[in-house]
Amino acid sequence: MKSLILSALLTLSAAPVLACETFTLGDLNIEHAWSRATIGADRPGVFYVEITNNGSTDDALIGIATPAAGMPMLHETVVTDGIASMPHAMSIPVPAGQTVELAPGGYHGMLMGLTTTLAEGDSFPVTLSFQNAGEVVVNVEVLSLRAEGPDCDDAN
Amino acid sequence: MRRRQLILGLGGASGALAFTLGLGWLQSRGRAQPPAALLPLPIGEMGFALTNHRGEPVRPADWIGRPTMAFFGFTWCPDVCPTTLSDISGWLDELGPDADRLNTVFITVDPERDTQQVLADYLANFDPRITGLTGPLAEVERAVAGFRARFEKVPRDGDYTMDHTAGVFLFRADGRFASIIDYHEDRRFALPKIRRVLT
Repeated sequence: MKSLILSALLTLSAAPVLACETFTLGDLNIEHAWSRATIGADRPGVFYVEITNNGSTDDALIGIATPAAGMPMLHETVVTDGIASMPHAMSIPVPAGQTVELAPGGYHGMLMGLTTTLAEGDSFPVTLSFQNAGEVVVNVEVLSLRAEGPDCDDAN
Repeated sequence: MRRRQLILGLGGASGALAFTLGLGWLQSRGRAQPPAALLPLPIGEMGFALTNHRGEPVRPADWIGRPTMAFFGFTWCPDVCPTTLSDISGWLDELGPDADRLNTVFITVDPERDTQQVLADYLANFDPRITGLTGPLAEVERAVAGFRARFEKVPRDGDYTMDHTAGVFLFRADGRFASIIDYHEDRRFALPKIRRVLT
């Protein structure tokens, strides 16, 4: 029923946006999976997503995998004394009852070793691995290099 | 490769020297100011010779007479740089024709990969009023030193990334430093800061 409403909403909206699709894995809701277009395949791509833990047990995102990149990993942009750096994130906590965003300027997936250029309008699958909930595959929509996020009706 | 390391080493040493000199100057002016208050030089006192993404030479004196908005980055950067360029493009949109009076510049801290052509391809995705600057590493270092900014090449998984100052610098038309829009600052404060240098 929920998916029926969702597909109805998608049909109604002027331009259906793939990144607005919601994926469910146990108590986890995963949505707003998007990436930015790249120039060529030499530069790293980026992966953003929003994860809501509706359960009562803490979880953590411990890894990502995708056929689009040979070396995908989790990073966090940290700005210390005005200097931006991108340390590896071993895991990203998804506490019970909370929403965690991989979003510009914070946690993000870094897609090193792209197998192809990411062009606006393309999509590719990413497998998210969680400590407790296991694995789920989400579709990632490639938005423009200038995009700051998908334009979903439910987005803030 | 060895030569590059040597050059980098020299650059780092001169950067450290500049910092020490700057700190000495600051301390001689009084202990009230913390080192973090080391302000960018007025543009007129900066010295560097870079090339823009259209292949034209750029010197700091070229910027005098118009307010300047500048930031450092590199095109291999997946998160901070596209986000900042996207923010800046949005601000320029909102300012409309007023923004035509700004020098808006993106200075690469990775001239090794960011050639003039690479910058041109990259900036084609953003507001056309943003000018990209690149040049020899030594000249990039002179520019960074003038802004009192910092950058560092960091080896990463057989490749490298760059740590760099993430704020957006604003200067008045006469070249005096005005303010910085910090990376994590509430974006609502950005437009008023830019408008202040435009008046």
